[in-house]
Amino acid sequence: MPRTIIKRFNLERLQILDEQGNCDEELRPPLPNEAVRQLYQWMVAARTFDEKAFKLQREGRLGTYASILGQEAAQVASASALQPSDWMFPSFREPGASLVRGLPLRMILQYWSGDERGSMIPERQNDFPITIPVATQIPIGAGAAWGAKLKGDPIAVLVYMGDGATSKGDFHEGLNLAGVFSLPVVFFCQNNQWAISVPLSRQTAAETLAQKAIAYGFSGIQVDGNDAFAVYKATADALEKARTGHGPTFIEAVTYRIGDHTTADDASRYRSTEQVRQWKAKDPIERLRKYLERQGLWDQAYEQEVTEKAREQVEAAVREEENTPPADPQDIFRYTFRELPVELQEQLAALQNGNGRRPSR
Amino acid sequence: MAKLTLVEAINLALKQEMAGDPRVIVLGEDVGKNGGVFRVTQGLFELFGEHRVIDTPLSESGIVGAAIGMAVYGLRPIAEIQFEGFAYAAMEQLVCHAARIRTRSRGRYECPLVVRMPYGGGIRAPEHHSESNEAYFVHTPGLKVVVPSTPYEAKGLLLSAIRDPDPVIFMEPKRVYRAIREEVPDEEYVIPLGTARVVMAGNDVTLISWGAMLQVALQGARLMGERGVSSEVLDLRTLSPLDMDTIVESIKKTKKAVIVHEAPRSCGFGAELVARINEKALFFLEAPVERVTGFDTAMPLPKLEKHFLPDAPRVVQAISRVMSI
Repeated sequence: MPRTIIKRFNLERLQILDEQGNCDEELRPPLPNEAVRQLYQWMVAARTFDEKAFKLQREGRLGTYASILGQEAAQVASASALQPSDWMFPSFREPGASLVRGLPLRMILQYWSGDERGSMIPERQNDFPITIPVATQIPIGAGAAWGAKLKGDPIAVLVYMGDGATSKGDFHEGLNLAGVFSLPVVFFCQNNQWAISVPLSRQTAAETLAQKAIAYGFSGIQVDGNDAFAVYKATADALEKARTGHGPTFIEAVTYRIGDHTTADDASRYRSTEQVRQWKAKDPIERLRKYLERQGLWDQAYEQEVTEKAREQVEAAVREEENTPPADPQDIFRYTFRELPVELQEQLAALQNGNGRRPSR
Repeated sequence: MAKLTLVEAINLALKQEMAGDPRVIVLGEDVGKNGGVFRVTQGLFELFGEHRVIDTPLSESGIVGAAIGMAVYGLRPIAEIQFEGFAYAAMEQLVCHAARIRTRSRGRYECPLVVRMPYGGGIRAPEHHSESNEAYFVHTPGLKVVVPSTPYEAKGLLLSAIRDPDPVIFMEPKRVYRAIREEVPDEEYVIPLGTARVVMAGNDVTLISWGAMLQVALQGARLMGERGVSSEVLDLRTLSPLDMDTIVESIKKTKKAVIVHEAPRSCGFGAELVARINEKALFFLEAPVERVTGFDTAMPLPKLEKHFLPDAPRVVQAISRVMSI
């Protein structure tokens, strides 16, 4: 028997706005000018928030925080393609996406300051709280998509992850289920090149992450993750495909973590400043700014208005968070079960009677 | 009233609950066309179709993770783990998400999920198919742990578990699956979680057990009965939440207690029971509480498992020690 080629695969990469802000008008998503400006405003707000959160941590006013510097287009443009009825499952590095979804910025600060009330997602919003164990949100997001499919709801689920997540078992199990059952879910991987100190080359020998989708039986695409138009178009198309019953998609957004892993990390220990410098030159916000300027949609007055508005929004969030009354210690117990079992009632009573003393009999 | 096995009783509960509540979904490996490797889900696929009785890939973390997503989305999934020894692959999902999504989201989301799994030894199964790992789940705040002991119990407890708004680990004693038949009403009844039952009333010693070990405890009680010792045998039914009142009431009467479980001894649930008995009933005790348990070893393969599993003679010995006879 001769050897035969039984299958060949193709993989697409999408870039619409190049690093100088030149736009491929044929591919440009049909967003009205105001919507493009809105993307820009959100990206500026996301960066303003990120810089503020970093400073607050350094001042001892916030706990450990995971910066999104450099990843604003990947987050903002993908989340902006969601409908309110869609569901979103973040990992722990998506405040830009949460901002677009309308999560009060106060809550993001609250979470990273160590207050669970920051994860009490408002009823109007179908978003999961921040998920810290890497990749574990992937099967859950697939399950929510499955729930929507079983109920006949025409919605889609967007699941975020980083490049490190693609090495974990839950990545495989979640994507495999999504493929087998053709679930209405979009997996959005922000390939920011680094998982703390481990570079992508130590996560996988595959040339791209996008090609992993092929093995699960659905399409994958690589996009320039610092190109807001490419991110938006790929995500919007994939979400629409999911909502209309055509199954899952995997999107690899190639971007870069300009900052440290978190405020508890020092990236200079393991990567070159030269690499960081090269990626700073591909800044996603500057790229969209250049585009807007060429279109006559940006000038200094507009820039001042946008940055001022972002600053006010962030400062208001900080004030709100810092003026929030402390949580009731009862909250430690209150949500463990819908109804508190006797044993927990006794432990709560012990807490209220003063820890360390003998529990009442 | 029909006399059913434990397998048939669970099957009946699943059929009735699925018929009454379209949100109830069964998913797992081989649960559909094959009806489950123990036939617990037999006939469900034909009745409710492939969208509600779902044959999944081999994917314990995926099954439980997806079931969590379904539960959060508003369904009532019942995930089957084929054998308890394969549940470890799903532990991260259970511990990090199922057990804490209510508290993490401060009540915005809840996870009304049931994870069914056959557990325990005594059926000459291969490695990893015979463990009794309930303590891992009991140790996880936010999970409820239910271990039925007989067919009647299984039906009533499963209905409560499915209707519970919190995640429930439902551990089925596979050794009892077909060993006992008893009358199980066709009509609906529920046994509330967190209520133990007195299976045999007695005055001299309290035997505390659950799941498959109830029969072993009863055998020991009968043997000691022939020697004039009156044992009170408790079936805990649920380990979390725990009905401590029934245990304390019994010990106030008998003043002696023996705990029987097949899991390894150290940090087995028996250790927790001894601690709680100390907190609540120490001054009623006339003898130290005894434990009859598996050993702190790997569960042996079938040729040696009978030496590992507690049996009636070991229960008799323990009762004799606490009775000083």
